[in-house]
Amino acid sequence: MSWTRRHLLTLEELSLAEIDQIHATATAFKKILKRNVKKVPALRGKTIVNLFLEPSTRTRMAFDMAAKRLSADVISLDGASSSTTKGETLRDTAQNIQALNADMIVLRHAASGSPLYLSRILDIPVINAGDGAHEHPTQGLLDTFTMRERLGNMKGRKVVILGDILFSRVARSNIHALAKMGAAVTLCGPSTLVPHWFTDLGVKVSHDLKSSLADAEVVMLLRIQHERQSSGHFPSLGEYTSMFGLNKTRASWLDPKAIIMHPGPINRGVEIDSELADGERSVILEQVTNGIAVRMAVLYLCFGGQPESVVTAD
Amino acid sequence: MPALWIQNARVIDPAAKRDAVGDLFIDRGQFVAPLSAAARKRARKIDARGLVACPGLVDIHVHFREPGQTHKETIATGSRAAAAGGFTTVVCMPNTSPPADNAGTIQFIKDAVKRDAVIKVLPTGCITVGMKGQALAPIGSLKRAGVVAITDDGDCVQSNELMRRALEYARMFDLPVMDHCQDASMTQGAVMNEGVVSTRLGLRGWPNAAEDLIVARNAILSEYTGAHVHMQHISSKFSVDILRRAKARGVRVTGEATPHHFALTDEMLSGYDTHFKMNPPLRTEADRLELIEGLKDGTLDCIATDHAPHTDYEKDKEFDFAPNGIIGLETALAISLDVLVRKSRFKLPTVIDLLTRKAARILNLPAGTLAEGAAADVCIFDPEESWLYDAKAGFSKSINSPWHGQTLRGRVRLTVCDGTVVHELTRNG
Repeated sequence: MSWTRRHLLTLEELSLAEIDQIHATATAFKKILKRNVKKVPALRGKTIVNLFLEPSTRTRMAFDMAAKRLSADVISLDGASSSTTKGETLRDTAQNIQALNADMIVLRHAASGSPLYLSRILDIPVINAGDGAHEHPTQGLLDTFTMRERLGNMKGRKVVILGDILFSRVARSNIHALAKMGAAVTLCGPSTLVPHWFTDLGVKVSHDLKSSLADAEVVMLLRIQHERQSSGHFPSLGEYTSMFGLNKTRASWLDPKAIIMHPGPINRGVEIDSELADGERSVILEQVTNGIAVRMAVLYLCFGGQPESVVTAD
Repeated sequence: MPALWIQNARVIDPAAKRDAVGDLFIDRGQFVAPLSAAARKRARKIDARGLVACPGLVDIHVHFREPGQTHKETIATGSRAAAAGGFTTVVCMPNTSPPADNAGTIQFIKDAVKRDAVIKVLPTGCITVGMKGQALAPIGSLKRAGVVAITDDGDCVQSNELMRRALEYARMFDLPVMDHCQDASMTQGAVMNEGVVSTRLGLRGWPNAAEDLIVARNAILSEYTGAHVHMQHISSKFSVDILRRAKARGVRVTGEATPHHFALTDEMLSGYDTHFKMNPPLRTEADRLELIEGLKDGTLDCIATDHAPHTDYEKDKEFDFAPNGIIGLETALAISLDVLVRKSRFKLPTVIDLLTRKAARILNLPAGTLAEGAAADVCIFDPEESWLYDAKAGFSKSINSPWHGQTLRGRVRLTVCDGTVVHELTRNG
């Protein structure tokens, strides 16, 4: 089967076979990252515009890095320096970028559905780098890539996603990918941040931390934002930590070989004990490194590359 | 204007319980008894065989955007769109720019109506100054200037105390108060129904409860003050139940449903198409079915469109940033026939009643009848004709319709307002 997509908008719309293709391609690219010369000419002559209309450190740098490893030219534009602050619409900004001969747009935007919207307007590929509370497909891909590297086949594996699920695009992308892989996903956190509607996506919803963590092989923590306090989603960060924060005792409920994940940025001492974040079960920094390989794979495939023809020669 | 002789129509007049093939005679703007032989010779004959002739439709909830937002719609274009949809009486919401919260603005609207409208366009005034929910608008002056109701449509009055005073005050003039039922504190940033679909799409949800709370509040305050409260565009299942029980208690409340709320659900939003973004939002299938039930058992009194024009460039945005609302005047009849008559087994006269007499009755408007001596407002339509709805070829200035490009069944062929033909399709048109 060959790769046919030009855009990467959601993991909901990808098939398991497509996720497998991306992961296989990422595995090949990951080898490059360990070499002395960390660069291949695959996208030489292509210009990628990172249009980040919402703040981002990790994702933006990883996309930047990935494009450069593939020899593409990269221009990064953030919300503050773009014309959107002068009232230009997203459509106009994007059409101008296309008129400037960009070959691809990587979009980070606070409004859910905006990458889909752009993909309908533009002739060039659009990659979703996170849209509102909707999806963050490359994050979901790098998370599941990391899980597969560590655990192998995810079928039947117990994965817990813990924290602010309601506002999390990372959670949604992981839910879709893990469901396709046959993992047994439990969402856990306060009922205000983990509404029962999620069960419709084929996952379990629980507000009991102990039974959720019991024998789980993966626990993925999500950042708790203090803003949710003022909107009444939970009483205080202190109460959150006391009810749902991951500490040593609670981590002992996990499967002995379990891995601890976090998409970052982490709040030490809030959703996770500092010691655990740096501990040997933590794969948090590995996720970041894998994020480059996975994004290289996505850029490469959406530019028309095929998984079996990955050229790793420099 | 020549006398009109509408021949061989299926004449449906719910007010008179009339449903039979026959003729209608119109002279000097009124329905009249059969014309004399001499008058018949001079009258314009309209062959309505196979068509339905009913009272001109009445829509008590439209936005014609004048003054101030005439890039979206004007009284001229809005009234032509209404005529094309079979409507002869519409009631305009006051959320213009500036808002219609004073007699001067009402006079401006009335002047524009007199100059530009092809049908009867009636104004409403604001409940509060600037629709800000802080101080009562000069409701007595608004009444004197000619408003048929007051409403802060789109900006529901949040203070229970102020709403109570507004109802008490409006009751003095026997002026109906129309309310867009929304607890704003529960809908901050909300852009669609809260539920499974909003969860999947990552869009901020607008829970049913935010409507139900205000519907209940209004029922309570209506009973307490004796004022008539009309609940606009009911969208939630529980709200229908609250209204049903309030009516059973004899409370002076009424309610409307829009074609989009009884035809569509939040499942339509999967592609983030802003033509499905409105306020209140499209809800679930259970809510939709309960609206139909409410229309059937009389809990909901009428169909209203909430015709809300926005330009293509305003709607062409990220979902979060696009304005709420869709146009509906030119599609309301076809959608009502499809959903209510064909799919929900309403009798045709029942649906016409919801679009005419019962709508007029809510605001005490002299419309919705074919009685002799009444203003000659007629809608003649083919209930079976299939046609391709092209919003760009429509009469509204805006094209923001979820039904654009779809084949609809049931088409208005001719509209008469005060004895004048204001819309007419050619035989093949």
